[in-house]
Amino acid sequence: MKTHNLVSRLELANITKQYPGCLANDRISITLMPGEIHALLGENGAGKSTLVKTIYGVVSPDKGDIIWNGREVNIKSPSIARDLGIGMVFQHFSLFETLTVSQNIELCLSKSQLNNIGDLAQRIIQLSEEYGLNVDPSRYVHSLSIGERQRVEIMRCLVQSVKLLILDEPTSVLTPQEVAGLFNVLRTLSKEGCSILFISHKLHEVTEVCHKATILRGGKVVDTCVPSEETPATIAKMMVGDLADQDAGYSKKEGTVEVFNVSDLSLPSKQPFGTALKNINFDLKAGEILGIAGVAGNGQDELMAIISGEDERNVKNALTLGKLKIGHLHAGERRQLGMAYVPEERLGRGAVPDMSLTENTLLTHSTGFVKNGLVQWQSIKEYTTELIGKYKVKCHGEFSEAQSLSGGNLQKFIMGREIGQHPKVLICAHPTWGVDVGAALAIHQALLELRDEGAAILLISEDIDELFLLADRMAAVCDGYLSPLVKTEETNIDQIGQWMAGTFINTAVQEAQA
Amino acid sequence: MDADLIVQILFAAIKTGTPLLFIALGEVICEKSGVLNLGQEGMMLMGAVVGFLAAYGSGNMGFGIIAAMVMGSIMSLIFAVLVLHIGANQVATGLALTIFGTGLSAFIGADFVGQTIQGFQPIAIPLLSDIPYVGQILFSHDILVYFSFFMTALLVYVVNKTRIGLTLKAVGENPHAANAIGIKVLRVRYLAVMFGGAMAGTAGAYMSLVYTPMWVEGMTAGRGWIALALVVFASWRVGRIMLGAYLFGLASIMHLVLQGLGWSISPNLLAMLPYVATVVVMVIIGADHFKEKLLAPRSLGKPFDPRNMA
Repeated sequence: MKTHNLVSRLELANITKQYPGCLANDRISITLMPGEIHALLGENGAGKSTLVKTIYGVVSPDKGDIIWNGREVNIKSPSIARDLGIGMVFQHFSLFETLTVSQNIELCLSKSQLNNIGDLAQRIIQLSEEYGLNVDPSRYVHSLSIGERQRVEIMRCLVQSVKLLILDEPTSVLTPQEVAGLFNVLRTLSKEGCSILFISHKLHEVTEVCHKATILRGGKVVDTCVPSEETPATIAKMMVGDLADQDAGYSKKEGTVEVFNVSDLSLPSKQPFGTALKNINFDLKAGEILGIAGVAGNGQDELMAIISGEDERNVKNALTLGKLKIGHLHAGERRQLGMAYVPEERLGRGAVPDMSLTENTLLTHSTGFVKNGLVQWQSIKEYTTELIGKYKVKCHGEFSEAQSLSGGNLQKFIMGREIGQHPKVLICAHPTWGVDVGAALAIHQALLELRDEGAAILLISEDIDELFLLADRMAAVCDGYLSPLVKTEETNIDQIGQWMAGTFINTAVQEAQA
Repeated sequence: MDADLIVQILFAAIKTGTPLLFIALGEVICEKSGVLNLGQEGMMLMGAVVGFLAAYGSGNMGFGIIAAMVMGSIMSLIFAVLVLHIGANQVATGLALTIFGTGLSAFIGADFVGQTIQGFQPIAIPLLSDIPYVGQILFSHDILVYFSFFMTALLVYVVNKTRIGLTLKAVGENPHAANAIGIKVLRVRYLAVMFGGAMAGTAGAYMSLVYTPMWVEGMTAGRGWIALALVVFASWRVGRIMLGAYLFGLASIMHLVLQGLGWSISPNLLAMLPYVATVVVMVIIGADHFKEKLLAPRSLGKPFDPRNMA
């Protein structure tokens, strides 16, 4: 890293962005020096994406200044950002599949840039060799792998000789070899004076490649550190916050009888870069909340999909509800046996966006509201109105489309709908993700009530505070392995943090082999 | 069949295919930007009636054509404002535009039904038209046919070789990504839709000034719909649209030819040919899912609102 240059590449001063019901960025100030690789860390919903979109001109901040190379700038659109020398690689790539690599890159360049470059294909090949990117300009993007597409995105920035490269979770879709290659490119760029803003969930990567890190929580900067002087566990602690300022809050309970069991579940992921589940075993007792912690992408989605039945592969003997093997049943049959789910994705999975709340209620309550094959609209409307009132869902009424609700309100509705079925087992992912404090409290209360009624609840969350608050027993996932289960009272954030980083895996593998 | 008859059939096929070529060229540009405009028939009828009235009133054919193009653009602008600016459903709005254009053109042209004017005269291009057979088929037409040749060549070049073409394809495939790299998505779509309108107007003028130089209510007889099928038939490739238009033209005059030859095939069966061909092509394209994905503009028919980008 070059430090002799005293003018900062980018300085953010008090960037504030308010969305309805959520303060996404709250007076965020960050400084980046030339050549610095700066990590932006935080849980989902901490405000990282909003912040980088602000820098790239996709989102305009309500307040705050952006100072670029010592000069205040107003970045109103991505093209202004690019003219300044800011490039961004999106999490979901913004490439055009029906065009070739060089056509994709050409679209991002202005006429004068194109004239300066001359033969674009030649320039791509040259940069390709220089940085070891291995990008063929004549290929069509649809024929490229995910890793290759990312290299095209980076190439797109290189061709424009950017001074700041923003990468939004670049490694989440890459194989380990591709990650190593990417880091080499980043280090080379850094030596040449290009600053890099790096968003990641994977803490060991941050300690490996980043010079500095800023940690966001609830839209605020809560800490900064030099990653090389920290360990993944200490950074994880900064991300999730200090438990000392959190009330223990609710009383813990011990479950009674086992109602749900997962045994020897090993399954490759259906997604190309998903996480395979490796020998997962746990039991769920009536009247308890079991919390599973973990950094996103460590097998939570896969576990959720196979338990809910959304992943239709037959795992007959791995899942037991009561005394019944249910691994071969489809999602609807599992629901009829008394299981309920709140998926992470609210619109599209938890609710159908353009259907009314009444219709969405009917979707998971089909048995109670159908008589002689006819839908009992009147009673389902009354029931939906009751749900709206009980969970204080802000909407125009039971006829509102699901997509017209804010995320938090829709989440309250979905939670209420699932809880209202009085399930034996409730599987719940990120129940309060993106939900404001008041709504989160209501959801917590509802979950605890359900537990006290004797239901077994599996809570999958990235929010450790919440898990410590609600769960009676806890475990963590890492790379598709599940840690041992412990009582929440008998563990602490350090242990869970280490488990999230995978310290239990070696013993787990040895046990499996023994 | 002798050579002369074949030459005459092919000459007629081109003439019949030309209005189809105009609308389909406009529609393909429109669809490439991601907008499906089902109002072709309405825009074409408005172009036909306004073009006829302008030429009838002024006695100037060129003025008639320009008036038709302007009228087509105005019609498409109404559509564009509704679907692009306000975000109305493209299919419903397009259908409404067709119904609106059909009714309004009948109203405007009511007093002029059956009036005739002196249409465009064929211009034989020196030298080229002297080439045996080919010259008679291709180079003995009126000026609008030559204009359609020119527009096809121009669009093939623009779509495949220029940055404008790249931008158009990018917007049609992924408007969000296009917006992220700084392309003004709505502006591109407005222009594409209005180009489509101007071409539909030209097609209408061709009907009322050249093909049958008079105004008759509903005279386009569903050509706007055939053009929509033609775009799919050509799998959104500009060059193939020309081929398709002439094939459709040939198919629609085939029953006249065969009747003339004394064959006893029901003309209704033959008139079906273009549509059967379209269905077959769609099945072939659809069988290869991957190919279908690559051919059709991905965002076709989906609204884009730059304000929802957060």
